[in-house]
Amino acid sequence: MASDALRLTDVQAFYGDGHILHGVSFALQPGKVLALLGRNGSGKTTCISTIIGFLKPRGGEIRLFGEAIEGLSPERISHMGIGLVPQGRRIFPSLTVWENLVVAKQRRSKVATPWDVDRIYDMFPRLGERHNQIAGTLSGGELQMLAIARALMGNPRVLLLDEPSEGLAPLIVAEVGRTIRRLKEEGQSIVLVEQNLKLALEVADQAVILNTGRCVFDGSPRELTDNDAIVSQNLGIFHAH
Amino acid sequence: MQFWIIQGLNSLSLGGLLFLLASGFSLIFGLMRLANLTHGAFFMLGTYFGATAMRANSDLSIWTVAVSAGVAVAAIGGLFERLVLTRLKTNPLGQVLVTLGMSFIISDACLALWGGDSIPVPTPQNLQAPTRLFGFVFPTYRLVLVGCAITAAITLYLLLERTRLGAMIRAGVDDAQMARAVGIPVANLFTIVFCLGAGIAGAGGVLGGPILSAYPGLDADMLPLALIVVILGGIGSLLGAFIGSFIVGFIYTFGTALFPELAYIILFLPMILVLALRPQGLLGRLGA
Ligand SMILES: Nc1ncnc2c1ncn2[C@@H]1O[C@H](COP(=O)(O)OP(=O)(O)OP(=O)(O)O)[C@@H](O)[C@H]1O
Ligand SMILES: [Mg+2]
Repeated sequence: MASDALRLTDVQAFYGDGHILHGVSFALQPGKVLALLGRNGSGKTTCISTIIGFLKPRGGEIRLFGEAIEGLSPERISHMGIGLVPQGRRIFPSLTVWENLVVAKQRRSKVATPWDVDRIYDMFPRLGERHNQIAGTLSGGELQMLAIARALMGNPRVLLLDEPSEGLAPLIVAEVGRTIRRLKEEGQSIVLVEQNLKLALEVADQAVILNTGRCVFDGSPRELTDNDAIVSQNLGIFHAH
Repeated sequence: MQFWIIQGLNSLSLGGLLFLLASGFSLIFGLMRLANLTHGAFFMLGTYFGATAMRANSDLSIWTVAVSAGVAVAAIGGLFERLVLTRLKTNPLGQVLVTLGMSFIISDACLALWGGDSIPVPTPQNLQAPTRLFGFVFPTYRLVLVGCAITAAITLYLLLERTRLGAMIRAGVDDAQMARAVGIPVANLFTIVFCLGAGIAGAGGVLGGPILSAYPGLDADMLPLALIVVILGGIGSLLGAFIGSFIVGFIYTFGTALFPELAYIILFLPMILVLALRPQGLLGRLGA
């Protein structure tokens, strides 16, 4: 159990009186990619918000490499090693590209090759070219790269990506896919929320499907693609291409 | 001609003092979304501290006194923020009532401690001799005050725009929740900014002493001016606070000199017009 990178056990979450997550459980192994899938409104972002601490769960456990993190503040959870690339990117618009990166820098012991601005610019040369540009003026694809880069600056032990391909042109989506694959090759543990089933299943080791706040599938991408009934019932509006 | 020049300089020096008051108010509002109505009282506390210290020991330099009083007021502000305001994060009405109540408490405490008479503060001796420039005579101390405001503005600008701490503060202004999610300790930044704002106001109160004197009601005279500055200049904008301070300094000084009975109309009408026509202020961004 303690070998799980991230484990949710029976997590209950509410918005006011609205019961959104009804006992969500799943576990991510170190160095793996877990695709968290589900229709619009199924509770994926709520699940991410609960992990990062935007929302306090009213029940259940969340453990990061065995340590309980549920109910802690977002900055504490970030310091413990969760990195967030939120839905809608939420880059700091009035800061420059470089400032967006340095404010998020965190040192972490036991990291072989920690991220720093130079390494980020190697991986995302377009950000390097726009070093001093005010982030609010970047294009959608650049914003997404910056959101990923900003999360990496914290040297996260687990990276949460909430719909990184949303609203991007196909070429940029492919680039996001390549980025995720490269991070996986470096051993980064990732929870990937995606509507783009093809992108998600190409890179994922494990898939979890939420339906109205409940886990209705937890298995390998292959099991999922072989099971048309589950796909059409729970991801109906989206097609595996 | 001398009238216009002197009033012009008076406007500039009042503008400088207003900047020391309004910059902190604006910073606090920009980051914490908190209208700190105690800000005028912090300024007045500085003036009383300065008056007491400099009358007790006339050898003290006004700069030493300003820095010490600034630190003292910053500490008081920090305690107030940590012990009370952090509990009211999601309660704007509570914040208004608590900061207003705190300013009344400080006013009354000052009245009890220092009495109802105005306490004049001596102009530092080495700045008493007038300065001659371009054939005109200027009160040196007022020139120095303008210099102080410009120095403070540049320092604050460099702190906010050129340091990592400043970038973290701006990240918190942009999106406090997201800032926390990347590990920025936003609650500590709130305290730092609150102390900084209170400290600048306290130091400004000391520096304003020789012009304004320490008197009951100084806080209530200064706070509305700071509010007008911030609304004119745009909330959270340092440059806006700077320009707004000098605009208000001019309007107030010339307004009271030329049309004393209309001073408040001259002062508040532009504020209302700006609010109605350009709610984000002259230089502010909406939602920033
Ligand atoms: N701030 C909020 N207040 C109240 N209800 C909310 C809030 N945010 C989300 N919800 C509700 O919670 C449910 C789950 O929303 P959530 O954003 O987690 O879905 P999602 O799976 O991320 O959807 P999408 O694919 O559209 O991003 C929805 O019914 C939504 O209306
Ligand atoms: Mg979502």
